[in-house]
Amino acid sequence: MSRLGSQILASILVNAVYEMKNYPAVLVITVLSPLSFLTLIFFISGGTLLAVGIVGGLIMTMFSAGTSLQADLSHLKNDFKLQDMVVGSPTSASVYVTGMALSELIYTSPALVILALLFGLFVHVELVMVLGIVIVMLLMFLTSISLGFAFATFSSDIVQSFAFTRLLSLLFTTLAPVYYPITLIPMPWRYLAYLSPTTYAAEIGHDLIGFLSLSADMLIIDWVVLLGLTIIFLWVGTKKARWREK
Amino acid sequence: MGQTREISCEGITKVYDGNKTALSSIDFAIPAHGIFAVIGRNGAGKTTLARILSTLLEPTSGKATIDGLDVMADANKLRERMAVVPQEGRTVAWMTPVQTVSAYLLWRGISYKESLKRAGEAVARVGLEDQADRLNRTLSGGMKRKVLVAMVLASDSEFIFLDEPSTGLDPISRQQLWRLLIELGKDRFVLLTTHYLEEAERVADRIGILNNGRLMAIGNMPELRGRLEHQYSLKVPAGLDLQVKVGETVDLENGQLQVLTTQDEALRISKNLIEAKAQFSVNPITLDDIFTYTVGSIDAEVREDKEADEE
Repeated sequence: MSRLGSQILASILVNAVYEMKNYPAVLVITVLSPLSFLTLIFFISGGTLLAVGIVGGLIMTMFSAGTSLQADLSHLKNDFKLQDMVVGSPTSASVYVTGMALSELIYTSPALVILALLFGLFVHVELVMVLGIVIVMLLMFLTSISLGFAFATFSSDIVQSFAFTRLLSLLFTTLAPVYYPITLIPMPWRYLAYLSPTTYAAEIGHDLIGFLSLSADMLIIDWVVLLGLTIIFLWVGTKKARWREK
Repeated sequence: MGQTREISCEGITKVYDGNKTALSSIDFAIPAHGIFAVIGRNGAGKTTLARILSTLLEPTSGKATIDGLDVMADANKLRERMAVVPQEGRTVAWMTPVQTVSAYLLWRGISYKESLKRAGEAVARVGLEDQADRLNRTLSGGMKRKVLVAMVLASDSEFIFLDEPSTGLDPISRQQLWRLLIELGKDRFVLLTTHYLEEAERVADRIGILNNGRLMAIGNMPELRGRLEHQYSLKVPAGLDLQVKVGETVDLENGQLQVLTTQDEALRISKNLIEAKAQFSVNPITLDDIFTYTVGSIDAEVREDKEADEE
């Protein structure tokens, strides 16, 4: 195994594998969270919004990976002082956060697998559309981990950090039209939804599965905004995060 | 012939939030081997100094080097050769000692197989072989500290930074930790910050005394003793008329009076105290005496400065 591989593996083991292995109960909440929303949407809509809910679940899971990263990094940094031990080692900030981000993906993998199975069973689209949804999920993941890392490096209080994680989840995955179509939000409130990056991801996803029929212009705007936000948040995450303290 | 490896600080100053001075123009150069204990009261600047030297914190001004490498400019090179256990560093609750040490070695770039082998050996070396596969959260405080020491032990790092590793340990665990530290210091440089003067005196090859962000004294025990004119310490309850002919007296915070004096004068006063059936103790000066004298004198200096400012 390469040196880089070892360093990334360390983060994955500490933040996902060992925790899942030694505390299996934590997996239950990871799986239940997206599925509970999906169940709710399914019953309320009489099954008509199932596909929308599945795509929403995938987007929520990817975004939650980033918000969880924020809480986990903060927990390891402030409660265990682990980040100090890593800063004083050959591992760089980018390698540490890459490993931690991958650990979040592994952590959410049971939920992702279940949602992917449901997607295969209940959402029938062409392969190119599936690819589009995967790209949207990836952009969501990059956006949220960048935000998560930047906020975690500034955080010095775990209570504040967990509160912030819950706030991000509430604003960007529960209130925002991720599990339900944006068309259900009356004007002018709909404009508020566009303040959330998840809205653009969900709108593209809902278009790809054929639930919404966006104009070409609107679709281009959604992609550009989503890509732009990802780049901005990546820049914020890499430039503004603190590794060595000032 | 190679140059002697050194740890050096030139004018290291750290000011937090623009007005809180944690370190004030620290200057020293010491050999980069053995154990260097930094002692001082809470807020003296021990942790700030350890964090700057271990590349975790930027100084406001000044320059620090380890074996010729600048802690700012050459941080990445130094991080290849150092290991850090920060103040209040803790083991991750959901991991075992072997997993903890192995993960740390992986972060240092060692292969998974090798990391497990070394982790097992290091955990055994600190006496935790029977606890190797128990979750950290089930270990005692002393055992958890040993896991952290096993991490740096397994890393084979040349420069080790341990910030108050014995805080909160019971006396037996502390003594076990001292044995490990002495072993570490045999072939590496260890910077140890501590509140415990006995710990510094027992394990350290060199000691630095910090007070209010200033380095008051630095050296090995004979050098620090040499700072004091008198080499014997008598401690008596305050209020006794000792009629000290040679030496100086210091009022201690515990209500006692300390006399720093010569061996002959200590003997003379002791005889008088025995005749008067007074309680007292007499010893060659310890780090405790040096610390009290050094920090006491600077506290007096600071008080005088403050009083002068107020006037």
